[in-house]
Amino acid sequence: MIAATRPVQRPPDARLLVIDPGGAMMHAARSSVADYLERGDLVVANDAATLPASLHGVHLQSGAPVEARLAGRSSLAHAELRFSAVVFGAGDWRTRTEDRPLPPPLALGDRLAFGPLRATVAGALGHERLVALDFEGEADAVWTGIARHGRPIQYAYLERSLALRDVWTPIAALPVAFEAPSAGFALDWKALSALRDRGVAFATITLAAGISSTGDPALDARLPLDEPYRVPAASASAILRAKAERRRVVAVGTTVVRTLEHSGGRAGAGVADQRIGPGTRLRVVDALLSGTHEPQESHYQLLRAFQDDVVLSRAGAALEAARYRTHEFGDSVLVFSRQGLFGSGPSPECPAPPASRAARGTPAIRDGRPPPE
Amino acid sequence: MDPLRIAVTGGTSGLGLALVREFRRRGGRVAFVARGAERVARVARELPGTHGIVGDIARKDDIHPVALQIVSALGGLDVLVNNASSLGPTPLALLADTDCEDFALALETNVLGPFRLTKALLGALTASAREGRGAAVVNISSDAAINAYARWGAYGASKAALRHMSAIWNEELSEEGVRFLSLDPGDMDTPLHALAVPDANPATLKRPAAAAGELAEAIDEALTKEPA
Repeated sequence: MIAATRPVQRPPDARLLVIDPGGAMMHAARSSVADYLERGDLVVANDAATLPASLHGVHLQSGAPVEARLAGRSSLAHAELRFSAVVFGAGDWRTRTEDRPLPPPLALGDRLAFGPLRATVAGALGHERLVALDFEGEADAVWTGIARHGRPIQYAYLERSLALRDVWTPIAALPVAFEAPSAGFALDWKALSALRDRGVAFATITLAAGISSTGDPALDARLPLDEPYRVPAASASAILRAKAERRRVVAVGTTVVRTLEHSGGRAGAGVADQRIGPGTRLRVVDALLSGTHEPQESHYQLLRAFQDDVVLSRAGAALEAARYRTHEFGDSVLVFSRQGLFGSGPSPECPAPPASRAARGTPAIRDGRPPPE
Repeated sequence: MDPLRIAVTGGTSGLGLALVREFRRRGGRVAFVARGAERVARVARELPGTHGIVGDIARKDDIHPVALQIVSALGGLDVLVNNASSLGPTPLALLADTDCEDFALALETNVLGPFRLTKALLGALTASAREGRGAAVVNISSDAAINAYARWGAYGASKAALRHMSAIWNEELSEEGVRFLSLDPGDMDTPLHALAVPDANPATLKRPAAAAGELAEAIDEALTKEPA
């Protein structure tokens, strides 16, 4: 696959690889995603807004420059000011994380200054780059400092630096995510309206999506870190009703899979600390709309709960051959689970006939250009 | 029912300050936005429990940091009041004498600012609607949005645009459960009015507190009414 280097959430030519429960695949325009869903399906998205979680500053003991990438918290509460953070030495996102120097040695009680913010190293978390930071001051002042001084976390493949507006999904609500729940970039208000017109229901959860990559193999192996979440009562009742009526639940993003499989779809707050992989029985989620992931990424393990390695490797080859774009601003995959409603055997059936698209007046994309409105 | 979560722009003077006081008096959780750091700190001190946020609605780069602080402080958002306004040129000027920079400032503050902030907060507002709490955006309007008053060109044209934008938002987002209200509080004894009409007799003008009470009632009614 090729890296999506332009930070555009919904490029008009964004593509979608649909993998049906039996493992059959087809290429589609991502804007037509509603065509692959059915009346009665429930789409669940993560409405976390993204924090500017990259903080540049100095290690006060040594004067050395550091970048802390906030990566986790134990709850979604405004007053919770202890963060786990991945700390780098000098440099910024333009240097690949693999090539970034280590921070100066960080001892318990050391202080870091990030613009107006002050934080104390409150714990070592088993790796020289990963520490717990306690931010000093009133909660409002700390969030103001983060809002004004922080920058979105980003990686070297992007062509320009990101503003907060580049990484907030259209439905972004509570600002708790450390990186964007980027599967949600696909859903604008027009797409949500198209789902509604098709009789597809929509609900949200909030999960503080963590950091996706650190550049350090030992740390990357620990991802995803524990992530606090909340399932609103209205969403829980929609999910439990859908399951009771054997309707499909479609997760937008791996963070939603993690939340729903951890909570069982029940209302309330929790911390998703489980690993989802090839052995996981999916209790709630029947399909996943996600970015395109490569086998070395932590998200890829989660896909293995949906389809076996033979299908996933065919999907990987299809994405490669058709030159899909990857990373957070890339193309998407809609993968239906072979578990659950549809049994585990191969099935010839497609999720929905794409032929219905023209009939319902949703124009196809031609020549990579959007059709006239 | 949990307390209402409300954000008010232009919240350190005039109608905005009166709205912050009124919503707080009614038990709401209130965040307010204004440009001046000192005034924001003073009002936040005077009204404990409110959250003061420094930002300029007319500046594109301020919008998302402001939205982040609002939603973080309140844990969500039920009501946004776009109250911050610019008169355009002061003293007021004939349209033919208005510099386009002054007109642009009126549009940035009165139209684009509310558009951008509403868009940034729409996720929080629709989440509130889905949770059954109701959600509303109130855009503060003026009779100058409807009537053609000489020397009120930049302000009147921008407020007319804001009023029409409210109507279109309302049309498009009723299915998401977010109501849009365009409300005209009337001529009030506020710093903005004094700037526009320096020789007005304050005794003939409405008290901002009275207007704030009426607006709060209208918002309550909109939130409790069944969606169309």
